[in-house]
Order: sequence, then structure tokens, then C-alpha cells
Amino acid sequence: MSRALRLLPIIFVVWIVGTFAWKLVQPSDTTVRSQLVNRQVPEFSLPAAVSGVPALRSAELSTGQPRLLNLFGSWCVPCIAEAPVLEDLKRKGARIDGIAIRDTPGALGAFLDRHGNPYERIGSDQNSSVQLALGSSGVPETFIIDGKGVIRFQHIGPIKPQDVAGILAKLEEVR
Amino acid sequence: MTAEAGLAALWLAAALSLLGLFLSILHVRGKLEADRAVRGLAIVQGLLCLFAFVMLLVVFARTDLSVLLVASNSHSAKPFIYKIAGAWGNHEGSMLLWVTVLGLSGAAMAIFSRKLPSRTLIAALGAQAALALGFHAFLLLASNPFARLNPPAPEGRGLNPLLQDPGLAFHPPTLYLGYVGLSVAFSLAVGAMLAGEVDRQLARAMRPWVLGAWIFLTLGITAGSYWAYYELGWGGWWFWDPVENASLMPWLAATALLHSVAVLAARNALKAWTMMLAVICFTMSMVGTFLVRSGILTSVHSFAVDPTRGGFILALLGIYVTAAFVLFAVRAKTLREGAPFELVSREAGIVVNNLLLTVILGVVFIGTLYPLMAEAVTGEKLSVGAPYFNAVAGPLAILLGILLAVGPLLSWRSESRPVLRKLALPALAAATVLVIAILAWPQATILTKLGLALAAGLVPASILPLIGRNPFRTPLAIWGMAIAHLGAGVAVAGMAADSAFTTEKLTAARPGETFEVGPWLVKFEGVAPVAGPNWTAVEAELRASRGGGVHVLRPQTRFFSDPPTETNEAAIKTLLSGQLYTVVGQADAEGRWQLRLWWKPLVTLIWFGGALVGLGGLLALLGHARRAWRRRAYA
Repeated sequence: MSRALRLLPIIFVVWIVGTFAWKLVQPSDTTVRSQLVNRQVPEFSLPAAVSGVPALRSAELSTGQPRLLNLFGSWCVPCIAEAPVLEDLKRKGARIDGIAIRDTPGALGAFLDRHGNPYERIGSDQNSSVQLALGSSGVPETFIIDGKGVIRFQHIGPIKPQDVAGILAKLEEVR
Repeated sequence: MTAEAGLAALWLAAALSLLGLFLSILHVRGKLEADRAVRGLAIVQGLLCLFAFVMLLVVFARTDLSVLLVASNSHSAKPFIYKIAGAWGNHEGSMLLWVTVLGLSGAAMAIFSRKLPSRTLIAALGAQAALALGFHAFLLLASNPFARLNPPAPEGRGLNPLLQDPGLAFHPPTLYLGYVGLSVAFSLAVGAMLAGEVDRQLARAMRPWVLGAWIFLTLGITAGSYWAYYELGWGGWWFWDPVENASLMPWLAATALLHSVAVLAARNALKAWTMMLAVICFTMSMVGTFLVRSGILTSVHSFAVDPTRGGFILALLGIYVTAAFVLFAVRAKTLREGAPFELVSREAGIVVNNLLLTVILGVVFIGTLYPLMAEAVTGEKLSVGAPYFNAVAGPLAILLGILLAVGPLLSWRSESRPVLRKLALPALAAATVLVIAILAWPQATILTKLGLALAAGLVPASILPLIGRNPFRTPLAIWGMAIAHLGAGVAVAGMAADSAFTTEKLTAARPGETFEVGPWLVKFEGVAPVAGPNWTAVEAELRASRGGGVHVLRPQTRFFSDPPTETNEAAIKTLLSGQLYTVVGQADAEGRWQLRLWWKPLVTLIWFGGALVGLGGLLALLGHARRAWRRRAYA
């Protein structure tokens, strides 16, 4: 057996172990990016989630102005943390629509009374069908949609205060 | 006190391994006559590990919540059998089990392998002690199973409900026995290469370990496949999931080793290759353990994940395997090959068998790790699924199956008899089935049709080696080989039948509605709530009939409270002709329930075949043991 052939397994082992080690030290990233980024918002028409806030149809997202589409639920704890940040975004000029996932009018009304209502419209997605159609894997999640109704950016998890500047810049960028 | 006693035993065992390693080095270098001391240390070390494991079983049986491991993995309300299974249903406990089996197999080697030359045996025990030392360090430094919790927890945190299942309680230990059995083959190979004594004697000592490990791997994989089939509720029996592949890869390597070690034992040939395979087998076991424990590949088995501990296993893997391959590189050229053989002979058949198995192993290995490699290079995430594995490994497996029909009929060294004539009947059966498959089921894939044909040929061909022999005087090992090969044919028949004939129905059902699936009419009677010891469930009632009597099936969706989890319990009606497989899902807003129904003709043959393969291995093991015993009696 030639020398090179005998050394081959060693090289192979070093290579495999090296790759494993590299992967072990990588921070694990388990978020699922939506395939719909840079595509048109799928068509939907959702009933109003709570009295006093209008219902939401996909056509209403392409108004010539970029908008934020926030998926949330009154039962979702990170959404409570996100609520004041959304208020802040609204004050700084962002226009926000919401989709309430698997929610009830009573619980949602209490949530909005307590944590504020930054939404222009809220659709009620009782069986997560629109959430799935958007390619979202959980709440809260926020999509930036440009004036033509194309999804341009997906923010997974709650928007934190330090994200606000970035979100506003993106809204400006897709205008 | 129990936990402390276990911990003390572990530390003592670790110290003894260190001593054993040290003494064995001195012995092999000729500085000291330490034969008896090294063997004695190996035995005591194994017993200490066993003691520690029994202590762990005791704290789990008592649900001693002052032990951290019990508090985080058990629960006082859990059924007793799962309390016990909980001892190894977690990382620390399973590593203790691993170390215990490793220690006990070292002890068994010290007791039973005395026919080996002393230097080989002591070097092998030294290698085994080095392995034990690494895993002891891992256990004691990074995953102490006996750590206390102060103050004790008021209640335990349960066990993954997916694991509360009799099949799974025994699936991991079975695989571990297989993995660790391969560690003995590894140690023996390392010992023999160190001592420079790779010969038939070594192969005879190695064979029972390989065979034993291979039986456990076969049964472990078969049981695991059935578990995934009924517990995950997807109706499939193999998903090419990384963790399934992690158990398949050592099996493929062990199957190759099993055959090449037979060549070494009978003909003193394939020395370097057999040593290499022994190292590869253990490497695959370590890779398997690493993949499961580190969770670097996402999988349905992610309950066992811990990335920090993965580093430790990886370091051990790197050290042992690199050392063994360096030894191989240095020593392979000194191995003088024994008896030559011709192109048509049993040896040549086994060489081709080994090549095919190795290529399949490579295919599975690459498919399993490709996502990782791709991410390392391009940063892109992707996954490799069944289409790749089936398309690449499938045809190779068919070739292997054809070889399996021919190989056992060939004689050693050189074959001049017209062997193919014996295969006329199996070949005719295969051809007939192939024609029928092409005409009757045009929608089935090529691979499925070939699989059906192969099974039809393989089942009669596998018993040919028994024909013309007196059944009572035929060695058990020959019986074992024939039955194992028959099992492979039966399993192939099940796989092909499942893929060719399965019918599926996915529907939203209202109570009272009736559905047709295959030859069955299934009536959905309705749902009712039921409760178990630590779960509540929605249970559907289905009445299935196909002309004759009515079978009632009750699939459930279970909700476990601690930790909150939901599982699907499929209801399966097993008949000789196949299985009716039913799953109930969620209700929708209009009060309809998701129902999934499958009729799977002959699917049970898959696991029946797997069990036959294991049985064949067991017979061969008994046969070899009996022969060794007789030899000793006459000697």
C-alpha cells in the first residue's frame, strides 16, 4: 500500500473533525426566513379582530406607502414587550397594520387598552392560515411591505428599541 | 448515600483504567510482566462501572429528587418502567450506560479472549483502558450523573413524552451495546497492530464481538424504525433522518467487517482491510454518538441535544481515531497478506460485498454531512432528503442483494463448478415478478419493481446453501447465514411492497362518515376524551371492515402536562396481509376531525425481516461459541 493511500484516512479524519468543530462553535441560528421576501403579499381578506378597528384585506397593504405588517397575539408575552416599541415607531411616522393570530375579541380588546393600539387595521386570523401563507413561523413577526404590496423585509421576533432606527431606515429605503 | 457510592465507584474505576493503561504499556514494551494484573484490573473496573450504574437505577427507582438528574428527567407520577428507563433516557445516564458496557466488555475480553497471544491481548486491554479513561473523564468532568440538588426539588420535570414508550425505552441501550461492542473490535485491532500479530487467531477472537455488536445494531435499527413508524404518526418507516443515518452507518461498516473478518478467520487474507474496517466501525459509532449528542444536524431526535458536550465527544473521537489511523499508516505495510484467491471465489465475492457496503456507507455519510459541508463552504442552509438517498443507495443495495444470492454458493479460494445453474429457479422467480410488476403496477418506480423482483429471487436463493445438507449436521453458523440472508430478502419484500401498494387517505371527517382506503371501509364514529397516568387525550373511534368482521381502532392525540407536549398515537391493526394505520389530528372550526388512513400491505415484513437477520446473527454467534467450546474441551 502506498504511503499516500495510508495517510488518506488521517487527512479525512482531520477534515471531518475540523468541520464538526467549526459547526460546534457556530452560533445556532434556527430562524426560518420566509420564502416570500421580495414577492407580492399573498391575497387574503380577514375579518375585524376587535370592534372599533377596521378589518384587513391584502389589497389594503398596497397603498403607495410602505407599511409594517405585524403578526401578534394578546396571548403572546414577547408581544407585550414589543407594544411600546411599535407605539414609538408609529410616533416616528411608521404606518402599522396588524394580524391577530388565534385571538378572541375580548382578550384582544383588553390587550390594546392596556398596551396601546398602534394599528390602523387589525385582521383576525383564527386558524393561522394567513400566517402560514406569509411564511411566518411564530409571533411576533413583522414584515415591511412596500407601496406596491411587495414584501421587502422580514423581522423575526419582537422589535427591540435598538431595532427602531434600522426599521425606519428600511421603510425609507423601500419608499 | 447511594449517589455518592456510585460516584466513588466511578472515580475508582477511572483510576484503575489509568493504572491498567500504564501497566499494559510497560507489559507490551517488555519492561514488566503484568499480564495477570492488567486482566484483573480490567475485570474490577468493569464491575465498578456496573455498580455505579445499579446505583443510578436505584435513585431513579426511588425518584430521589435530591439528585439533579432525577429531578430534571423523572416524575413521581411516571409509570415505574419509565422511571427505570428514565435512568438512561437522558445524556448523563446514557453516557454512564455507555461507560458501563465499555467496562464490562473489557472485563469479558480479559476473561474470554485468553487464546490470543499475551502481547496482543494486553495491548488490546490497554487500548480499551484508554477508551474507558476518555469516557470516564467525560462523565466525571462534564456530565456527572450523580450531582446533587440542594434543596431537593418538590417534583421532577418529567421525561420527553415521545420517549414514554416501551419500544424506545430499550432502543437506545440496544444501539449502545452495538456501538460499544464495536469498540472491542477496535481495541483488538489496535492491540494486534501494536503487537504485530494480525492473524486467524485474532479474527477468531474478534468475530464474536463483531457479530454480537452487529446483532444489537440490527435489532436496534429495526426497533427504532418501528418506533418512528408508529410513534411519529407519519406512516413512514425510514426517513433518512441524520440520527437514523447515524445508526445505519455503523451497521453498514459492521456488516462489511463481519464478512471480512470471516475471510481473515478462514483464509488468513484481507488483513490490512479488516484492520481498517475495524477502525472505521468504531469511528462510525463515535460519529453516530457525536451527531446525536451534539445536535449539530437538526433532526426529529433533537431531544438529546447539547452542543457544549459535543465538543468533548468530538475531542475523544479526534484523538482515538487519529491515533488508530496513524498506527494503521505505520503498521499496514508490515502486514503480510496470507492465502491468495482467484477472481471467482468466496473471498472475491466478499471483497465485492465489502466494496458495495463501503460505497453505500460513503453515500450515506456524504448525504448526512453534506448540509454541514455546504454550510461551511457557502454559508447556505440546505437539506439532503430521501430522493438523494433512494436514488443513489437504492441501486447499490439492489446490486448487493444480487451478490447476496450468489456469494454464499461460491467456494473458498477458487470456484470452478457451474454455480449459476443452481440459481436458475430464483432467477426465474425474480424475472416473473419483474414482468408482473411492470405490467400490473406501471405507476411504481423502477426501484420498487426491481425490489419486488429481487425479493422474489433472494428468498429462495438464500436457502440454497442449506439444500443437500443434513439439517442436523449443518453447522449453526451456516443456518445463521442462510436465515440472515433470508431476512434481508423478506425485509426487501416488505420495503418494496410498502412503496408499491400503500394507499393513503387524508381527510376531514364528521362523525358518522365512512371512507374507503384500499380494500377497507372505515367509519368514523366520533371522538371521546380519555385520560392516562400523566396525559389526557382525544380518542377517535374508527370501525374498519372489508367484508368480514369489524375491527375497532382508537387513534389518539395525547396531551402531556409535564412538560406540555402533544403527540399522535397511531392506532394500527396488524393482519397477516398488512397493516391498517390510522391517525387522528386536530378538529377544525366546523367540527370536522383530521383523519389520516393508510392501508399498507405486507409492510410488517420489513421488521419481521430485520428480526430474522438478527436471529440469523444470533444462531451464527451460538455456532461459533459452541465450536470454540468444543475446541477447548478437546485441547
